[in-house]
Amino acid sequence: MSKTDNSRRQFIGAGVAAAAGLVIAPGVTLLDLAHARPADEAASSANRWGMLIDSTKCATGCNDCVTACGKENGVASTGHPEIDPQWIRKIELKEVKSGRSHSLPMMCQHCAEPPCVDVCPTGASFKRADGIVLVDRHICIGCRYCMMACPYKARSFVAEPITDQKPGRPRGVGTVEACTMCVERVDAGMSPACVEACSSANHGAMLFGDLNDSNSEISKRIATYATTQVRADLALNTGVRYQGI
Amino acid sequence: MNSEAFRKNDQSVFYAVLGVIGLVVMAGLGAAYYMEHHGHVVTGMTNQIVWGLPHVFALFLIVAASGVLNVASIGSVFGKPAYKARAPLSGLLAIAMLAGGLMVLMLDLGRADRLIIAMTYLNFKSVFALNVFLYTVFFTVVALYLWTLMDRKMHGYSKYVGLAAFIWRLALTTGTGAIFGFLVARQAYGTALLAPMFIIMSFSYGLAVFLVAQAVMYRWNKRTLDEAVLRRMKNLLGVFVAAVLYLTAVYHMTNLYFAKQVDFEHFILLDGGIYTKLFWIGQILIGSILPLFLLFTTKKCSTVVFASLLVILGAFAQLYVFIIGGQAFPLNLFPGMEATSSFFDSGIHSYSPSLPEFLLGLGGLAAAVLITVIAAKVLNFMPKEDYSQAAH
Repeated sequence: MSKTDNSRRQFIGAGVAAAAGLVIAPGVTLLDLAHARPADEAASSANRWGMLIDSTKCATGCNDCVTACGKENGVASTGHPEIDPQWIRKIELKEVKSGRSHSLPMMCQHCAEPPCVDVCPTGASFKRADGIVLVDRHICIGCRYCMMACPYKARSFVAEPITDQKPGRPRGVGTVEACTMCVERVDAGMSPACVEACSSANHGAMLFGDLNDSNSEISKRIATYATTQVRADLALNTGVRYQGI
Repeated sequence: MNSEAFRKNDQSVFYAVLGVIGLVVMAGLGAAYYMEHHGHVVTGMTNQIVWGLPHVFALFLIVAASGVLNVASIGSVFGKPAYKARAPLSGLLAIAMLAGGLMVLMLDLGRADRLIIAMTYLNFKSVFALNVFLYTVFFTVVALYLWTLMDRKMHGYSKYVGLAAFIWRLALTTGTGAIFGFLVARQAYGTALLAPMFIIMSFSYGLAVFLVAQAVMYRWNKRTLDEAVLRRMKNLLGVFVAAVLYLTAVYHMTNLYFAKQVDFEHFILLDGGIYTKLFWIGQILIGSILPLFLLFTTKKCSTVVFASLLVILGAFAQLYVFIIGGQAFPLNLFPGMEATSSFFDSGIHSYSPSLPEFLLGLGGLAAAVLITVIAAKVLNFMPKEDYSQAAH
């Protein structure tokens, strides 16, 4: 009986292991770096994603967050301002008595008690365990009751067929949509596009983080400075907080 | 089959009328198809005026549908023979108008093709979903009620089914009012007052519709309405119109008392342009004061019908101001501050209804008429003259 030469098998085995390692390792490393949630793990109520917006750092006329949102989610103007969806918008405010002015971005406030979710007849409007309020475009019937209920005018109805959707950003005619807090990015361990744009331009007016984590930057800021919730009288416990108004 | 309702007239006239109504229904369906194909961009509705003219028509039909059943309830539940004789027509109109209203509401949906989803995915915290249940049971109970009224063998049950229908219709209108009553953020809505107010509105709109339908059927058959019956029904309509006026006053007075609501009231009552005109001239003058005067001064059937038509016109004005005027006034996100944005955060929102919206609404109205006319042709819905014998 001749002696079996195992070197070929060993070579193939080592090669496969090395290739597998090369494929998996960067993913594992990224996962570790970003603390991203694995795709098969459900959103957890241990997190409450939120934003803090400092209106004192938000400049009048600056539209960086709005532009970044449009680019990220494929939301573009179609030339009908009254029906064009707007996921985020800049509001310029002037106090009637003093004339003091503020500038700030307004979008879905990701309420803990969202009126849109309460009124939705089919359950298409829903809140994830981590506080992000979304619309399931598959079961939205386009009744627009959520738009009647939202105190922030944060929702838009898609009134025209859409042709150039971005992959992974579901949109469709006849359904209602709003800021998703860039849920795909958040799940991948990144910040929403608007926050990233604001930071990378060194404005620093928007901060994203976990409101449930007392050690997070956003929680520390909220614990230190006076912040407000828009329409706090409605007691909706918004995920988006404002500073300086 | 007993076709007393139309048998005395030339068949060809009947079919011509049927054809015209059918064409209006077709125009409504065509408009819905057009809106579905192009998206709501072809309507006057925007991200500011979310619900428009179709909702005015739909709400009128749904509210009047529950109200028109009152005629039957007064007969069955409260034992008035003159009304009992009119119960079948009342039940028929209720079913027909609810069907017409729901047709408009469904066809206006952004995704009307998802009707099955609307009926199978129910969020029971939503009053809209609750309404799907209320409407379905209403159809069933009123259909059963008609059976007990029209089948001699079932007469014994009519009082009980009639009572169930009466209770259910109150629940249904409460649900319709609550659609607006449960909106926390908008200044025009968000008050429990809307539930009883919608019930009273349904009494008034429904009876006005009934009086018009009854007059048309009598005229067609060359019959004259009994004077005593006419007097009772017109006086009742007068009381209902006055009750709506009362609740309207309470609604606006309450708002005026709250400082945060004063701007909104100022808009509706004083400087809201079309909405102010529709409120004072449409709802108050044409829809309330004038019919009240006519109803309590006339004994003529034609004047009563004219007054009823004015009440219906006033109803449309009232719902237009309520639904569209309520949305035209902007949301106040930052009290004490003036807001401007690219998303129309300031100023009064504009709305110009488009032809497809109007045709869709009119199509729903025509569908209600079509169902009534066909049913009245094949079954006996004509009120019995000897109503004293109709009481069971």
